[in-house]
Amino acid sequence: MKVRLKIWRQKNSKSKGAFATYDFDGVSPEMSFLEMLDALNTKLVQEGREPVAFDHDCREGICGSCGMYINGYPHSPVPGITTCHLSMRYFNDGDTITVEPWRAKTFPVIKDLMVDRSAFDKIQVAGGFISVNTGAAPDSNSIPCRKKHADEAFDSASCIGCGACVAACKNASAMLFLSAKISQLALLPQGRIEAKERVREMVSVMDELGFGNCSNTGACEAQCPKGIKLTNIARLNREYYKAF
Amino acid sequence: MNKVLYSSISKKFVMALAGLFLLTFLPVHLAINLMLLNDDPEPFNKAAHFMSTFPFIKVVEVVLFVAIMIHVIWGILLQVQNWIARPVAYKAPNRSDTSPFSRFMIWTGGSIFIFLILHFFNFYFIKLGIVEGDPENFYSVAHNLFKIPAYNIIYWVCFILLGFHLHHAFYSAFQTLGLNHRIWTPVVKVMAAVYAIAIPIGFAYIPFVIWILK
Ligand code: SF4
Ligand code: FES
Repeated sequence: MKVRLKIWRQKNSKSKGAFATYDFDGVSPEMSFLEMLDALNTKLVQEGREPVAFDHDCREGICGSCGMYINGYPHSPVPGITTCHLSMRYFNDGDTITVEPWRAKTFPVIKDLMVDRSAFDKIQVAGGFISVNTGAAPDSNSIPCRKKHADEAFDSASCIGCGACVAACKNASAMLFLSAKISQLALLPQGRIEAKERVREMVSVMDELGFGNCSNTGACEAQCPKGIKLTNIARLNREYYKAF
Repeated sequence: MNKVLYSSISKKFVMALAGLFLLTFLPVHLAINLMLLNDDPEPFNKAAHFMSTFPFIKVVEVVLFVAIMIHVIWGILLQVQNWIARPVAYKAPNRSDTSPFSRFMIWTGGSIFIFLILHFFNFYFIKLGIVEGDPENFYSVAHNLFKIPAYNIIYWVCFILLGFHLHHAFYSAFQTLGLNHRIWTPVVKVMAAVYAIAIPIGFAYIPFVIWILK
């Protein structure tokens, strides 16, 4: 199949950037979206042109490195998957596919479709951990925990830090990400001990970095490849109120 | 402490509380307005008089003004921060699945605020003596306004926009306060829809009767 790719090309964080259009033939529907970009890059290199820079690592939806804004959807027009899980089968012969980097003040473009998401790390470093000594791996039954809470913590822990929530949000808010990080610890006994400091610090760093304010529109939930729910944000709000 | 007071969540908390208070005010206002449909001006004028003289209501009035101002100022502040958070816009429109009403809160809210200013000129300023008119006969002030077609059109448009605003506001306030529940959140969403339809229809019905039916 043949597709017309409109890809955002930007030299570095300082330059302005613009779309470049590539008519790309010989795409097979079995290819993943990233494999299609690999093939495009091979062609560009062969022609002596600069390949398109994009992030990727595991290519199986677990590392959170990949991510681009495709036809107006962060990650993918198909809900619940990362860009690396998107297949070319989804597109039709002759389609125009627009690809942009994720746009937020807090995610500056490094080059083309690569953005710097280290702002997430800064939030995480501010409190997304447990510093009390919990000893060696305990026997699974030695710390009582409600099954419901364990399940919910597990679901929250499935956030891969990809940043699609920020990319999707009209306010570029990081609340879904932060709420997942807060929830996975707040729901478990070991995490309760430092719950107050944690939420205070992490929210404060998130604000300082310049992420937007949540207005409960839910674009984050719709685009999150890991199904992180808005209930996490309500929990984050509760945890924050409880911390004072 | 400042960091806490002005954190994103605290600002939203205040927004939600002020908004919820305004949500409780609207049905009261509507109930009084419906008395305009009565051919006898007496009940409405009495209610309006009571609302502007009873001491307890005086206190509520101050709270109301504060709530409106906080809701407006915080709302603008939050929105400006949100715009700054994405300095370069996407070229392709964002197609993520969201509630359409939630995306335009600043615009629907802004329109309501402009209407509110108009409303003050038409009524509240009469009471303060800034604008000419009989503060003891708001019934005829209102009836006269509702005979101006252009006013009614503006009125209806503003109430449609108010409906859009309320639809998201109602649910959103609960979510911001941390009240999200497996069973109750869907109920809140249904209540939000009912409220957002019923309140504007109630208000819009009055000029409809006065202008068209009478
Ligand atoms: S909450 Fe979802 S969209 Fe946001 S970073 Fe985590 S996995 Fe990605
Ligand atoms: S490359 Fe790891 S999640 Fe897509």
